[in-house]
Amino acid sequence: MYDFNYHKPSSSNAAASAVAGADDGKFLAGGQTLLPTMKQRLAMPSDLVDLAGCDLSGVRVDGDNLVIGAMTTHDAVATSAEVQAHIPGLAALAAGIGDQQVRNRGTIGGSVANNDPAADYPAACLALGATIHTDRRTITAEDFFTGMFDTALDEGELITAIAFPKPAACAYQKFPNPASRYALVGVMVAKTGGGVRVAVTGAGENGVFRAAEIEAALGANFSADAAAGAAVSADGLNSDLHASAEYRAHLVGVMASRAVAAC
Amino acid sequence: MPNLSMTVNGKAVQGEVEARTLLVQFLRENLDLTGTHVGCDTSQCGACVVHVNGAAMKSCTMLAMQAEGAEVTTIEGLADGDTLHPMQEAFRNNHGLQCGFCTPGMVMSAIDLVNRNPNPSEEEIRDGLEGNICRCTGYHNIVKSVAEAARVMGS
Ligand SMILES: Cc1cc2nc3c(=O)[nH]c(=O)nc-3n(C[C@H](O)[C@H](O)[C@H](O)COP(=O)(O)OP(=O)(O)OC[C@H]3O[C@@H](n4cnc5c(N)ncnc54)[C@H](O)[C@@H]3O)c2cc1C
Ligand code: FES
Ligand code: FES
Repeated sequence: MYDFNYHKPSSSNAAASAVAGADDGKFLAGGQTLLPTMKQRLAMPSDLVDLAGCDLSGVRVDGDNLVIGAMTTHDAVATSAEVQAHIPGLAALAAGIGDQQVRNRGTIGGSVANNDPAADYPAACLALGATIHTDRRTITAEDFFTGMFDTALDEGELITAIAFPKPAACAYQKFPNPASRYALVGVMVAKTGGGVRVAVTGAGENGVFRAAEIEAALGANFSADAAAGAAVSADGLNSDLHASAEYRAHLVGVMASRAVAAC
Repeated sequence: MPNLSMTVNGKAVQGEVEARTLLVQFLRENLDLTGTHVGCDTSQCGACVVHVNGAAMKSCTMLAMQAEGAEVTTIEGLADGDTLHPMQEAFRNNHGLQCGFCTPGMVMSAIDLVNRNPNPSEEEIRDGLEGNICRCTGYHNIVKSVAEAARVMGS
Protein backbone atom coordinates (compact mmCIF):
# COMPACT_ATOMS: atom_id res chain seq x y z
CA MET A 1 0.00 0.00 0.00
CA TYR A 2 1.35 3.44 -0.86
CA ASP A 3 1.40 5.98 1.93
CA PHE A 4 -1.25 8.69 2.16
CA ASN A 5 -2.37 11.46 4.50
CA TYR A 6 -4.79 10.35 7.17
CA HIS A 7 -7.52 12.63 8.48
CA LYS A 8 -10.14 12.01 11.12
CA PRO A 9 -12.56 14.94 11.16
CA SER A 10 -15.36 15.20 13.69
CA SER A 11 -18.23 16.21 11.43
CA SER A 12 -19.53 15.20 8.02
CA ASN A 13 -19.08 18.78 6.76
CA ALA A 14 -15.42 18.69 7.72
CA ALA A 15 -15.08 15.24 6.10
CA ALA A 16 -16.56 16.47 2.83
CA SER A 17 -14.24 19.53 2.85
CA ALA A 18 -11.22 17.34 3.57
CA VAL A 19 -11.96 15.14 0.56
CA ALA A 20 -12.73 18.17 -1.61
CA GLY A 21 -9.44 19.81 -0.59
CA ALA A 22 -7.27 16.76 -1.33
CA ASP A 23 -5.59 15.80 -4.62
CA ASP A 24 -7.28 12.44 -4.70
CA GLY A 25 -9.15 12.04 -1.42
CA LYS A 26 -11.34 9.14 -0.42
CA PHE A 27 -13.66 8.46 2.49
CA LEU A 28 -12.66 5.58 4.76
CA ALA A 29 -15.53 3.75 6.44
CA GLY A 30 -14.95 0.17 7.69
CA GLY A 31 -12.04 -0.27 5.29
CA GLN A 32 -13.06 -3.87 4.53
CA THR A 33 -13.07 -3.18 0.80
CA LEU A 34 -10.92 -0.07 0.49
CA LEU A 35 -7.87 -1.32 2.43
CA PRO A 36 -7.58 -4.63 0.51
CA THR A 37 -7.94 -2.63 -2.73
CA MET A 38 -5.18 -0.25 -1.64
CA LYS A 39 -2.91 -3.15 -0.67
CA GLN A 40 -3.25 -4.40 -4.24
CA ARG A 41 -2.52 -0.88 -5.44
CA LEU A 42 -5.79 -0.86 -7.35
CA ALA A 43 -6.55 2.35 -5.44
CA MET A 44 -3.86 4.90 -4.52
CA PRO A 45 -5.61 7.81 -2.83
CA SER A 46 -3.49 10.74 -1.68
CA ASP A 47 -5.68 11.24 1.40
CA LEU A 48 -7.97 9.04 3.44
CA VAL A 49 -10.71 10.75 5.43
CA ASP A 50 -11.88 8.46 8.23
CA LEU A 51 -15.61 8.86 8.89
CA ALA A 52 -15.47 7.17 12.31
CA GLY A 53 -15.65 10.46 14.21
CA CYS A 54 -18.51 11.98 12.20
CA ASP A 55 -21.45 10.69 14.21
CA LEU A 56 -22.95 8.87 11.24
CA SER A 57 -23.91 5.60 12.88
CA GLY A 58 -27.15 4.45 14.41
CA VAL A 59 -30.65 3.29 13.53
CA ARG A 60 -33.81 5.33 14.04
CA VAL A 61 -37.45 5.01 13.14
CA ASP A 62 -38.85 8.00 11.28
CA GLY A 63 -42.56 7.48 10.56
CA ASP A 64 -42.82 4.66 8.05
CA ASN A 65 -39.07 4.59 7.46
CA LEU A 66 -36.17 2.95 9.15
CA VAL A 67 -33.21 5.29 8.78
CA ILE A 68 -29.77 3.73 9.09
CA GLY A 69 -26.70 5.95 9.39
CA ALA A 70 -23.97 5.36 6.80
CA MET A 71 -21.38 4.28 9.39
CA THR A 72 -23.62 1.67 11.02
CA THR A 73 -21.77 -1.63 10.91
CA HIS A 74 -23.27 -4.80 9.44
CA ASP A 75 -23.17 -6.28 12.94
CA ALA A 76 -25.05 -3.32 14.41
CA VAL A 77 -27.77 -3.67 11.75
CA ALA A 78 -27.95 -7.45 12.30
CA THR A 79 -28.37 -7.07 16.06
CA SER A 80 -30.45 -3.86 16.18
CA ALA A 81 -33.75 -4.32 18.02
CA GLU A 82 -35.36 -1.71 15.71
CA VAL A 83 -34.25 -3.43 12.52
CA GLN A 84 -35.29 -6.83 13.87
CA ALA A 85 -38.70 -5.46 14.84
CA HIS A 86 -39.49 -3.44 11.70
CA ILE A 87 -37.57 -5.15 8.85
CA PRO A 88 -36.37 -8.53 10.12
CA GLY A 89 -35.41 -9.56 6.58
CA LEU A 90 -32.86 -6.71 6.53
CA ALA A 91 -31.36 -7.76 9.88
CA ALA A 92 -31.02 -11.31 8.54
CA LEU A 93 -29.36 -10.04 5.36
CA ALA A 94 -26.80 -8.08 7.39
CA ALA A 95 -26.13 -11.15 9.57
CA GLY A 96 -25.15 -13.09 6.43
CA ILE A 97 -22.56 -10.63 5.08
CA GLY A 98 -19.02 -12.05 5.04
CA ASP A 99 -17.93 -13.23 8.47
CA GLN A 100 -18.22 -11.86 12.01
CA GLN A 101 -14.97 -9.89 11.81
CA VAL A 102 -16.02 -8.24 8.55
CA ARG A 103 -19.44 -7.47 10.05
CA ASN A 104 -17.78 -5.87 13.07
CA ARG A 105 -16.13 -3.26 10.84
CA GLY A 106 -17.87 -3.07 7.46
CA THR A 107 -20.60 -0.44 7.12
CA ILE A 108 -23.81 -0.05 5.15
CA GLY A 109 -22.63 3.25 3.63
CA GLY A 110 -19.38 1.69 2.44
CA SER A 111 -21.16 -1.28 0.94
CA VAL A 112 -23.71 0.83 -0.90
CA ALA A 113 -21.09 3.33 -2.13
CA ASN A 114 -18.92 0.51 -3.40
CA ASN A 115 -21.80 -1.22 -5.27
CA ASP A 116 -19.98 -4.50 -5.70
CA PRO A 117 -22.08 -6.50 -8.17
CA ALA A 118 -22.13 -9.38 -5.66
CA ALA A 119 -22.80 -7.34 -2.51
CA ASP A 120 -25.92 -7.97 -0.44
CA TYR A 121 -27.20 -4.52 0.57
CA PRO A 122 -27.90 -3.26 -2.96
CA ALA A 123 -30.57 -5.98 -3.30
CA ALA A 124 -32.26 -4.75 -0.11
CA CYS A 125 -32.12 -1.10 -1.21
CA LEU A 126 -33.68 -1.85 -4.58
CA ALA A 127 -36.32 -4.34 -3.36
CA LEU A 128 -37.44 -2.15 -0.48
CA GLY A 129 -37.36 1.08 -2.50
CA ALA A 130 -34.79 2.72 -0.22
CA THR A 131 -33.60 6.30 -0.51
CA ILE A 132 -29.91 7.15 -0.26
CA HIS A 133 -29.30 10.38 1.67
CA THR A 134 -26.12 12.28 0.87
CA ASP A 135 -24.64 15.56 2.03
CA ARG A 136 -26.14 17.14 -1.11
CA ARG A 137 -29.45 15.42 -1.96
CA THR A 138 -31.55 12.27 -1.75
CA ILE A 139 -31.34 9.61 -4.45
CA THR A 140 -33.76 6.70 -4.98
CA ALA A 141 -32.20 3.24 -5.14
CA GLU A 142 -33.45 2.96 -8.73
CA ASP A 143 -31.35 5.97 -9.73
CA PHE A 144 -28.45 5.23 -7.41
CA PHE A 145 -27.06 1.90 -8.65
CA THR A 146 -25.87 2.71 -12.15
CA GLY A 147 -23.68 -0.29 -13.00
CA MET A 148 -20.92 -2.53 -11.76
CA PHE A 149 -19.02 -0.67 -8.99
CA ASP A 150 -20.74 2.45 -10.28
CA THR A 151 -23.22 4.74 -8.53
CA ALA A 152 -24.89 8.10 -9.03
CA LEU A 153 -22.57 9.65 -6.40
CA ASP A 154 -20.62 12.64 -7.65
CA GLU A 155 -16.96 13.16 -6.86
CA GLY A 156 -16.59 13.68 -3.11
CA GLU A 157 -20.30 13.18 -2.35
CA LEU A 158 -20.87 11.66 1.08
CA ILE A 159 -23.60 9.16 1.95
CA THR A 160 -25.00 10.12 5.33
CA ALA A 161 -27.85 7.61 5.75
CA ILE A 162 -30.13 5.17 3.99
CA ALA A 163 -33.89 5.24 4.56
CA PHE A 164 -35.82 1.99 4.12
CA PRO A 165 -39.65 2.17 3.94
CA LYS A 166 -41.07 -0.60 6.13
CA PRO A 167 -42.49 -3.37 3.93
CA ALA A 168 -45.45 -5.63 4.75
CA ALA A 169 -42.95 -8.51 4.53
CA CYS A 170 -39.58 -9.23 3.01
CA ALA A 171 -36.89 -11.90 2.95
CA TYR A 172 -33.46 -12.31 1.41
CA GLN A 173 -31.89 -15.57 0.30
CA LYS A 174 -28.40 -15.92 -1.06
CA PHE A 175 -26.43 -18.70 -2.58
CA PRO A 176 -23.00 -17.75 -1.27
CA ASN A 177 -19.80 -18.44 -3.13
CA PRO A 178 -18.31 -20.93 -0.67
CA ALA A 179 -14.88 -19.27 -0.73
CA SER A 180 -15.67 -15.55 -0.65
CA ARG A 181 -19.16 -15.69 0.90
CA TYR A 182 -20.28 -12.99 -1.53
CA ALA A 183 -23.50 -13.78 -3.36
CA LEU A 184 -23.25 -15.99 -6.41
CA VAL A 185 -26.91 -15.06 -6.57
CA GLY A 186 -28.90 -13.23 -3.90
CA VAL A 187 -32.57 -12.34 -4.11
CA MET A 188 -34.62 -10.01 -1.92
CA VAL A 189 -38.39 -10.34 -2.24
CA ALA A 190 -40.49 -7.57 -0.66
CA LYS A 191 -44.23 -6.98 -0.37
CA THR A 192 -44.45 -3.20 -0.43
CA GLY A 193 -47.10 -0.52 -0.84
CA GLY A 194 -46.05 -0.41 -4.49
CA GLY A 195 -46.62 -4.15 -5.03
CA VAL A 196 -44.21 -7.07 -4.96
CA ARG A 197 -40.60 -6.10 -5.69
CA VAL A 198 -37.84 -8.58 -6.41
CA ALA A 199 -34.19 -7.49 -6.60
CA VAL A 200 -31.31 -9.70 -7.67
CA THR A 201 -27.65 -9.29 -6.82
CA GLY A 202 -24.60 -11.35 -7.83
CA ALA A 203 -26.04 -12.28 -11.20
CA GLY A 204 -26.33 -9.20 -13.42
CA GLU A 205 -23.59 -7.93 -15.73
CA ASN A 206 -24.51 -4.43 -14.60
CA GLY A 207 -24.97 -5.22 -10.94
CA VAL A 208 -28.22 -5.31 -9.02
CA PHE A 209 -31.50 -5.38 -11.00
CA ARG A 210 -35.22 -6.03 -10.55
CA ALA A 211 -36.57 -9.32 -11.92
CA ALA A 212 -39.67 -8.22 -13.84
CA GLU A 213 -40.73 -11.80 -14.72
CA ILE A 214 -40.79 -12.87 -11.08
CA GLU A 215 -42.46 -9.66 -9.91
CA ALA A 216 -45.28 -10.25 -12.42
CA ALA A 217 -45.67 -13.88 -11.39
CA LEU A 218 -45.72 -13.01 -7.69
CA GLY A 219 -48.08 -10.07 -8.24
CA ALA A 220 -50.62 -12.57 -9.64
CA ASN A 221 -49.94 -15.33 -7.14
CA PHE A 222 -47.64 -14.78 -4.16
CA SER A 223 -46.32 -18.31 -3.77
CA ALA A 224 -42.99 -20.11 -3.82
CA ASP A 225 -44.15 -22.17 -6.81
CA ALA A 226 -45.03 -19.07 -8.80
CA ALA A 227 -41.53 -17.65 -8.18
CA ALA A 228 -39.83 -20.90 -9.13
CA GLY A 229 -41.99 -21.22 -12.25
CA ALA A 230 -41.26 -17.76 -13.67
CA ALA A 231 -38.71 -18.22 -16.43
CA VAL A 232 -35.71 -15.91 -15.90
CA SER A 233 -33.68 -15.14 -19.01
CA ALA A 234 -29.92 -15.71 -18.94
CA ASP A 235 -29.42 -12.66 -21.17
CA GLY A 236 -27.39 -10.01 -19.38
CA LEU A 237 -26.31 -12.37 -16.59
CA ASN A 238 -22.70 -13.05 -15.66
CA SER A 239 -20.75 -16.09 -16.77
CA ASP A 240 -17.48 -16.68 -14.95
CA LEU A 241 -15.49 -19.51 -13.43
CA HIS A 242 -17.97 -19.78 -10.58
CA ALA A 243 -21.16 -20.20 -12.59
CA SER A 244 -22.56 -19.87 -16.10
CA ALA A 245 -25.29 -17.35 -16.94
CA GLU A 246 -27.78 -20.22 -17.36
CA TYR A 247 -26.97 -21.60 -13.92
CA ARG A 248 -27.31 -18.16 -12.39
CA ALA A 249 -30.68 -17.68 -14.13
CA HIS A 250 -31.83 -20.96 -12.59
CA LEU A 251 -30.56 -19.92 -9.15
CA VAL A 252 -32.49 -16.64 -9.35
CA GLY A 253 -35.76 -18.61 -9.48
CA VAL A 254 -34.67 -20.95 -6.69
CA MET A 255 -33.53 -18.14 -4.38
CA ALA A 256 -36.70 -16.15 -5.13
CA SER A 257 -38.92 -19.09 -4.25
CA ARG A 258 -37.00 -19.67 -1.00
CA ALA A 259 -37.32 -15.99 -0.19
CA VAL A 260 -41.09 -16.11 -0.76
CA ALA A 261 -41.31 -19.15 1.51
CA ALA A 262 -39.38 -17.21 4.17
CA CYS A 263 -41.56 -14.05 3.89
CA MET B 1 4.42 10.89 10.81
CA PRO B 2 1.20 10.72 12.82
CA ASN B 3 1.33 9.98 16.54
CA LEU B 4 -0.73 7.19 17.89
CA SER B 5 -1.85 6.06 21.31
CA MET B 6 -4.03 3.18 22.43
CA THR B 7 -4.33 0.64 25.21
CA VAL B 8 -2.96 -2.81 24.41
CA ASN B 9 -3.54 -5.66 26.85
CA GLY B 10 -4.31 -3.14 29.56
CA LYS B 11 -1.18 -1.01 29.06
CA ALA B 12 -1.11 2.45 27.53
CA VAL B 13 1.14 2.47 24.47
CA GLN B 14 2.11 5.06 21.94
CA GLY B 15 4.12 5.33 18.81
CA GLU B 16 4.84 7.23 15.66
CA VAL B 17 3.67 5.45 12.54
CA GLU B 18 3.18 6.01 8.85
CA ALA B 19 -0.50 6.48 8.04
CA ARG B 20 -0.42 3.26 6.03
CA THR B 21 0.78 1.15 8.99
CA LEU B 22 -1.67 -1.66 9.62
CA LEU B 23 -2.74 -2.46 13.15
CA VAL B 24 -1.09 -5.88 12.86
CA GLN B 25 2.22 -4.27 11.88
CA PHE B 26 2.04 -1.89 14.80
CA LEU B 27 1.41 -4.79 17.19
CA ARG B 28 4.10 -7.05 15.77
CA GLU B 29 6.79 -4.59 14.76
CA ASN B 30 6.45 -1.67 17.16
CA LEU B 31 5.25 -3.58 20.22
CA ASP B 32 6.92 -6.98 19.55
CA LEU B 33 3.61 -8.73 20.16
CA THR B 34 4.25 -11.43 17.57
CA GLY B 35 1.50 -13.75 18.79
CA THR B 36 -0.84 -12.10 16.30
CA HIS B 37 -0.07 -13.74 12.95
CA VAL B 38 -0.35 -12.71 9.32
CA GLY B 39 -1.58 -15.61 7.24
CA CYS B 40 -2.95 -14.12 4.05
CA ASP B 41 -2.82 -10.34 4.34
CA THR B 42 -5.97 -10.34 2.17
CA SER B 43 -8.71 -10.35 4.86
CA GLN B 44 -9.56 -14.01 4.34
CA CYS B 45 -7.86 -16.23 6.92
CA GLY B 46 -8.39 -14.68 10.36
CA ALA B 47 -4.88 -15.47 11.69
CA CYS B 48 -4.57 -11.77 12.58
CA VAL B 49 -7.76 -11.43 14.64
CA VAL B 50 -7.52 -9.29 17.78
CA HIS B 51 -10.20 -7.61 19.88
CA VAL B 52 -10.75 -3.90 19.41
CA ASN B 53 -13.05 -2.52 22.11
CA GLY B 54 -14.13 -6.10 22.78
CA ALA B 55 -15.04 -7.14 19.23
CA ALA B 56 -13.05 -9.48 16.97
CA MET B 57 -11.46 -7.74 14.01
CA LYS B 58 -8.93 -8.61 11.33
CA SER B 59 -5.92 -6.49 12.28
CA CYS B 60 -4.50 -6.83 8.75
CA THR B 61 -7.54 -4.97 7.45
CA MET B 62 -7.41 -2.04 9.80
CA LEU B 63 -5.04 0.89 9.97
CA ALA B 64 -3.23 1.36 13.24
CA MET B 65 -4.66 4.90 13.19
CA GLN B 66 -8.19 3.47 13.19
CA ALA B 67 -7.42 2.00 16.62
CA GLU B 68 -6.39 5.37 18.05
CA GLY B 69 -7.77 5.59 21.59
CA ALA B 70 -9.10 2.01 21.49
CA GLU B 71 -8.68 -0.89 23.90
CA VAL B 72 -6.93 -3.67 22.02
CA THR B 73 -6.51 -7.21 23.31
CA THR B 74 -4.18 -9.69 21.65
CA ILE B 75 -3.52 -13.36 22.37
CA GLU B 76 -0.75 -12.25 24.77
CA GLY B 77 -3.31 -10.45 26.89
CA LEU B 78 -5.58 -13.41 27.66
CA ALA B 79 -3.77 -15.45 30.29
CA ASP B 80 -3.82 -14.38 33.91
CA GLY B 81 -0.21 -14.98 34.93
CA ASP B 82 0.31 -18.72 34.55
CA THR B 83 -3.40 -19.44 34.30
CA LEU B 84 -4.55 -19.75 30.72
CA HIS B 85 -7.84 -18.25 29.57
CA PRO B 86 -10.53 -20.99 29.49
CA MET B 87 -10.52 -20.81 25.68
CA GLN B 88 -6.75 -21.40 25.54
CA GLU B 89 -7.07 -24.20 28.09
CA ALA B 90 -9.84 -25.84 26.05
CA PHE B 91 -7.75 -25.74 22.85
CA ARG B 92 -4.99 -27.48 24.79
CA ASN B 93 -7.28 -30.10 26.32
CA ASN B 94 -8.97 -30.97 23.05
CA HIS B 95 -5.99 -30.93 20.72
CA GLY B 96 -7.57 -27.94 18.98
CA LEU B 97 -4.36 -27.12 17.16
CA GLN B 98 -1.62 -28.78 15.20
CA CYS B 99 0.92 -26.33 13.76
CA GLY B 100 -0.64 -23.51 15.77
CA PHE B 101 -0.44 -20.87 13.08
CA CYS B 102 -4.17 -20.16 12.99
CA THR B 103 -4.60 -20.60 16.74
CA PRO B 104 -4.22 -17.03 18.05
CA GLY B 105 -6.86 -15.82 15.60
CA MET B 106 -9.09 -18.83 16.28
CA VAL B 107 -8.94 -18.24 20.03
CA MET B 108 -9.67 -14.50 19.73
CA SER B 109 -12.58 -15.12 17.33
CA ALA B 110 -13.92 -17.94 19.50
CA ILE B 111 -13.97 -15.72 22.59
CA ASP B 112 -15.98 -13.07 20.71
CA LEU B 113 -18.30 -15.85 19.52
CA VAL B 114 -18.94 -17.12 23.06
CA ASN B 115 -19.33 -13.58 24.40
CA ARG B 116 -22.11 -13.03 21.85
CA ASN B 117 -23.67 -16.44 22.22
CA PRO B 118 -22.80 -18.07 25.56
CA ASN B 119 -24.35 -21.40 24.63
CA PRO B 120 -23.58 -22.02 20.96
CA SER B 121 -24.64 -25.15 19.08
CA GLU B 122 -22.10 -27.01 16.94
CA GLU B 123 -23.58 -25.39 13.85
CA GLU B 124 -23.35 -21.93 15.40
CA ILE B 125 -19.71 -22.53 16.28
CA ARG B 126 -18.89 -23.62 12.73
CA ASP B 127 -20.79 -20.67 11.34
CA GLY B 128 -19.20 -18.23 13.77
CA LEU B 129 -15.68 -19.31 12.80
CA GLU B 130 -16.34 -18.78 9.10
CA GLY B 131 -13.72 -16.03 8.98
CA ASN B 132 -10.93 -18.25 10.34
CA ILE B 133 -9.13 -20.76 8.17
CA CYS B 134 -7.12 -23.70 9.53
CA ARG B 135 -5.01 -25.80 7.19
CA CYS B 136 -4.25 -28.58 9.68
CA THR B 137 -6.96 -29.73 12.03
CA GLY B 138 -10.02 -30.30 9.88
CA TYR B 139 -11.84 -28.10 12.44
CA HIS B 140 -13.45 -30.92 14.49
CA ASN B 141 -11.25 -30.45 17.54
CA ILE B 142 -11.48 -26.68 17.25
CA VAL B 143 -15.26 -26.95 17.42
CA LYS B 144 -14.96 -29.27 20.44
CA SER B 145 -12.58 -26.82 22.12
CA VAL B 146 -14.96 -23.90 21.67
CA ALA B 147 -17.91 -25.92 22.98
CA GLU B 148 -15.94 -26.91 26.09
CA ALA B 149 -14.71 -23.36 26.68
CA ALA B 150 -18.29 -22.06 26.37
CA ARG B 151 -19.35 -24.44 29.16
CA VAL B 152 -16.46 -23.35 31.38
CA MET B 153 -16.88 -19.63 30.62
CA GLY B 154 -20.60 -19.89 31.44
CA SER B 155 -20.09 -21.60 34.79
C1 LIG C 1 -13.63 -11.48 3.71
C2 LIG C 1 -14.70 -10.53 3.23
C3 LIG C 1 -15.96 -11.03 2.92
C4 LIG C 1 -16.97 -10.16 2.51
N1 LIG C 1 -18.19 -10.71 2.20
C5 LIG C 1 -19.19 -9.90 1.80
C6 LIG C 1 -20.49 -10.42 1.51
O1 LIG C 1 -20.76 -11.62 1.66
N2 LIG C 1 -21.45 -9.55 1.11
C7 LIG C 1 -21.22 -8.21 0.99
O2 LIG C 1 -22.13 -7.48 0.62
N3 LIG C 1 -20.01 -7.68 1.26
C8 LIG C 1 -19.00 -8.50 1.66
N4 LIG C 1 -17.77 -7.94 1.95
C9 LIG C 1 -17.58 -6.48 1.80
C10 LIG C 1 -17.95 -5.76 3.11
O3 LIG C 1 -19.35 -5.80 3.28
C11 LIG C 1 -17.47 -4.30 3.13
O4 LIG C 1 -17.62 -3.92 4.46
C12 LIG C 1 -18.22 -3.31 2.29
O5 LIG C 1 -18.28 -3.67 0.96
C13 LIG C 1 -17.54 -1.94 2.32
O6 LIG C 1 -17.86 -1.30 3.48
P1 LIG C 1 -16.76 -0.57 4.35
O7 LIG C 1 -17.49 0.13 5.42
O8 LIG C 1 -15.75 -1.55 4.77
O9 LIG C 1 -16.21 0.51 3.32
P2 LIG C 1 -14.74 0.97 2.90
O10 LIG C 1 -13.95 -0.21 2.49
O11 LIG C 1 -14.17 1.84 3.95
O12 LIG C 1 -15.10 1.87 1.64
C14 LIG C 1 -15.57 1.31 0.42
C15 LIG C 1 -15.77 2.43 -0.62
O13 LIG C 1 -16.89 3.23 -0.29
C16 LIG C 1 -16.51 4.60 -0.10
N5 LIG C 1 -17.31 5.08 1.02
C17 LIG C 1 -17.35 4.52 2.27
N6 LIG C 1 -18.27 5.16 3.04
C18 LIG C 1 -18.80 6.15 2.26
C19 LIG C 1 -19.81 7.14 2.49
N7 LIG C 1 -20.45 7.24 3.66
N8 LIG C 1 -20.11 7.98 1.46
C20 LIG C 1 -19.49 7.87 0.27
N9 LIG C 1 -18.54 6.94 -0.01
C21 LIG C 1 -18.21 6.10 0.97
C22 LIG C 1 -15.03 4.57 0.15
O14 LIG C 1 -14.41 5.77 -0.23
C23 LIG C 1 -14.59 3.40 -0.70
O15 LIG C 1 -14.46 3.79 -2.04
C24 LIG C 1 -16.72 -8.77 2.39
C25 LIG C 1 -15.47 -8.26 2.70
C26 LIG C 1 -14.46 -9.12 3.13
C27 LIG C 1 -13.12 -8.55 3.47
S1 FES D 1 -3.82 -12.12 7.81
FE1 FES D 1 -5.58 -10.96 8.28
S2 FES D 1 -7.17 -12.18 7.53
FE2 FES D 1 -5.41 -13.34 6.94
S1 FES E 1 -3.34 -25.63 13.39
FE1 FES E 1 -2.18 -25.33 11.60
S2 FES E 1 -3.36 -23.85 10.53
FE2 FES E 1 -4.65 -24.39 12.15
